[in-house]
Amino acid sequence: MKENGLLLMVNGQSYEFKIGTGPGEVSPSHTLARTLREDLGLTGTKVGCNKGECGACTVLLEGTPVLSCLTLTVECNGKRVTTIEGLEDPETGELDPVQQSFLESGAFQCGFCTPGMIMTVKALLGDMPAPTELEIKEALSGHYCRCISHYHVLDAVGRAIGKRG
Amino acid sequence: MQREYRFIGRETARKDGLGIVRGREKFIDDLKLPGMLQAKILRSPHPHALIKYIDTSRAAKLDGVKAVLTYKDTPPWKGGLPPHLGVLSNVLRYTGDAVALVAAETEEAAEMALDYIDVEYVPLEAVYDAEEAIKPGAPQLYPQFPGNSFPLACPWMGENSLQEVAMGDVERGFAEADIVVEGSCRYDNIPNPLPLEPPGVIAAWEGPRDLTVWSSTQTPYFLKMMLHYTMGRINVRSIAAHCGGSFGTKAVPWQLVFYAAALARVSKRPVKLFYSKAEHFAAYTLRLGSAFSGKIGIKKDGRVMAVAGEWLINSGYCSDAAQGMVAVGCGEVQLLIRCPNWAVKPKLVCTNRNASKMVRGYGGQELEAAFLPVLNLALAKAGVDPFVFFKQNYVKPGDDYFWRDGNRWVCRGIDYSAAMEKGAEVFGWKEKWKGWLKPSSVDGPHRTGVGVGVHGNADVGEDVSEAYVRLDPDATCVIYSCVSEHGTGQRSSLCKMVAEVLNIPLEAVSLAPPDSLVNPYEFGPVGSRGTYAIGSAVIRAAEDAKRKLLSRGAALFQCPAEELETKDGFIFRKDDPENKLPWKATGFDQTYMGYGRFEPDFSVPNFVMIFVEVEVDMETGKIAVKRVVGATDVGQIIDPQSLLHQMHGCLGSAGLDSAIFEESVLDKKLGRILNPNMVDYKWRTFLELPVFEAVILETPINTHLFNSVGFGEIVTSPAPSAVLMAVSNAVGRFFDTYPITPEMILQTPGKGRLKA
Ligand code: FES
Ligand code: FES
Repeated sequence: MKENGLLLMVNGQSYEFKIGTGPGEVSPSHTLARTLREDLGLTGTKVGCNKGECGACTVLLEGTPVLSCLTLTVECNGKRVTTIEGLEDPETGELDPVQQSFLESGAFQCGFCTPGMIMTVKALLGDMPAPTELEIKEALSGHYCRCISHYHVLDAVGRAIGKRG
Repeated sequence: MQREYRFIGRETARKDGLGIVRGREKFIDDLKLPGMLQAKILRSPHPHALIKYIDTSRAAKLDGVKAVLTYKDTPPWKGGLPPHLGVLSNVLRYTGDAVALVAAETEEAAEMALDYIDVEYVPLEAVYDAEEAIKPGAPQLYPQFPGNSFPLACPWMGENSLQEVAMGDVERGFAEADIVVEGSCRYDNIPNPLPLEPPGVIAAWEGPRDLTVWSSTQTPYFLKMMLHYTMGRINVRSIAAHCGGSFGTKAVPWQLVFYAAALARVSKRPVKLFYSKAEHFAAYTLRLGSAFSGKIGIKKDGRVMAVAGEWLINSGYCSDAAQGMVAVGCGEVQLLIRCPNWAVKPKLVCTNRNASKMVRGYGGQELEAAFLPVLNLALAKAGVDPFVFFKQNYVKPGDDYFWRDGNRWVCRGIDYSAAMEKGAEVFGWKEKWKGWLKPSSVDGPHRTGVGVGVHGNADVGEDVSEAYVRLDPDATCVIYSCVSEHGTGQRSSLCKMVAEVLNIPLEAVSLAPPDSLVNPYEFGPVGSRGTYAIGSAVIRAAEDAKRKLLSRGAALFQCPAEELETKDGFIFRKDDPENKLPWKATGFDQTYMGYGRFEPDFSVPNFVMIFVEVEVDMETGKIAVKRVVGATDVGQIIDPQSLLHQMHGCLGSAGLDSAIFEESVLDKKLGRILNPNMVDYKWRTFLELPVFEAVILETPINTHLFNSVGFGEIVTSPAPSAVLMAVSNAVGRFFDTYPITPEMILQTPGKGRLKA
């Protein structure tokens, strides 16, 4: 990587950016949420508070859930980022089992909190084969859902665990 | 006995489900127009002030800044009820009121420009409490509203919109009562409905009088009409994005549109305005402040003989729907209580805080949360079980009430007693109810208590809906109904209704985008009117299209249309289903367009009863909601998942939790909301979910083809007073204000002395 350049690997694709304040450049103050949404057009990542308080903007950084509104893009140099758009199979379009479970359980109302929750659950199930109900709730406790889809979300997580057999 | 349906009442995936789980649905902040500018607002640091001097020249010169507007150069549009708010004003009426508007190439440039606007303010004295605002000598917000009192008329609800609950002779009623109590209660913690997605709009002028607006409204056509009237009769095209939660608050974001459209007009570019969370908290929509004080007389057996009192409503610095909420609240309280003598007088007041506007619960929640705790005093004196009381009192078929239009309506709905009984049984009300101010159980410092609340709304049949349904030659169909998806699954449910009428696969039915240019008039999914009002229009449109198709078929089959039926895109004789013709055979590329319209009908109130069990820790003051049972009867379930979601919504949108921890904390010295963020504004997390059970009955209701009634809007309303009751019973004292805080528990006299 050149100096004052930046390499991001988002959903399996590499993107190079120049660090700077010009058009199309990534400023050191830009958040990952902004880069994803504004520069890469990946608007599936939602911004609810832009302050690290609602969980809506959760993406995976090297497989770990992070709040993309509190993560600076420059911190992600050379790292792997996964967003909601990157969960489905790029060839077949087949949904990730977590997405499929959310769909089957109808685990959303307005759906604004959904991508963030799906990312958290994806990471949780990657780390733990069979999390307990408390562990699931703890993992999701930073996610605000005003429509109160919580009960259906818990159902979806159970379904996703079931899918893995 | 319920009819068997192909889609109605069955679990089907939401039409937009795939888009949501793939992150592909477009919300307002996901939209970008070529050349679009970003708007930012300079906001008042004072709760009440005059702008003495304002100079924007430094800001206007900054790189990327395309427009800066003050009250001196904004168009003469006027909103509010009655119209009292321009785009900007030189009088600032709350901390956060708009002082100046900026549009720039980027958000950062717009934000920065705010710092370069020079303003000198003349601070004025401010007033925050409704009681203070109506006193002589109080600071006045508007010269045209002396005493800070808004007129109560709500013209769009009719010439005689309901402005009080007045009937019978209260003095006689009190004389006949065995028990008369006097009391007051405040529900003025102004919780924030706070959908996750902040509000936002994009405005673009297509011509001098042609404005296109994209927004996160759920009622795009209604917004179009409102803008038309408030913006000088211009032509508005209103398009809705997917809505990230509204709870009423995003239905008519006219102020955001004013700001963006004013900037778009000057800059000649599309302008987006998307609020930050802090603005969403401190400069958008709060619940009404509400206080009831009065007298209630009852018989020993719980019959209410008279209710008299004042309902004081604090709408903040302006009103755009409060009069409507007052009217609906006055109607709804009559659904709750059978009483021959009423004299409840609302007073609607403005104060120097952020505005209360349209919110789920729409007046009824606010009135009942303040009124029922006073009624409880009477029930406690009489030793009447509140569940039994509600069951006896809740509106029954044949009962009458005055509704928001000022007219007397007779209920032609169903008796909800069975749903109440079932709810009580599932909850275990009989076992847990030990009498007023008595805990259900005591375990050391932990005491449990139970409470119950009821609510219903005859607005399920409010206002007008229109729809078209087009049958296409390829055996698919399109619904034209101006409804956007805001989380209730309404768009999908409309598709189910039409698929059922036409007996075609659900996949063959789609809904036109929520755009006022292509759809007919639709008031929109508010007030639980989606199922009955919107549903009726859509069903009628589908039936009309089907009629046209079959009458064309009649010529081909040479038989009366009544002898024909259609299924999966084929027409056939009922007595000979094998002999069938595809739709496309009825004419070369022939489409059929059906039309349906629904007229207001306030005769079918819906219903929900909420039972709550709380556990109070007398040592820490913590109140935990342990269990909630919601009971209803919806006539016929359209979509089980969506219905259950709506029931759970009781815990959200400034509902149940406004009894114990949700509040906007207003500093009455500085005039600021102190907790405009999601850390200091408390919300329920996954870890604190109560056990939630839903009891949903299906007793056919006389509405439309599917005998169904809407439900979603009402669920939050009975919850705050039910929680107040439950906590009262747990700790052994009444409360007359919300939210109940741990401090209040710890101050309970004699706490902890209770023996199991
Ligand atoms: S948007 Fe990042 S936590 Fe709320
Ligand atoms: S579904 Fe609306 S915020 Fe969660």
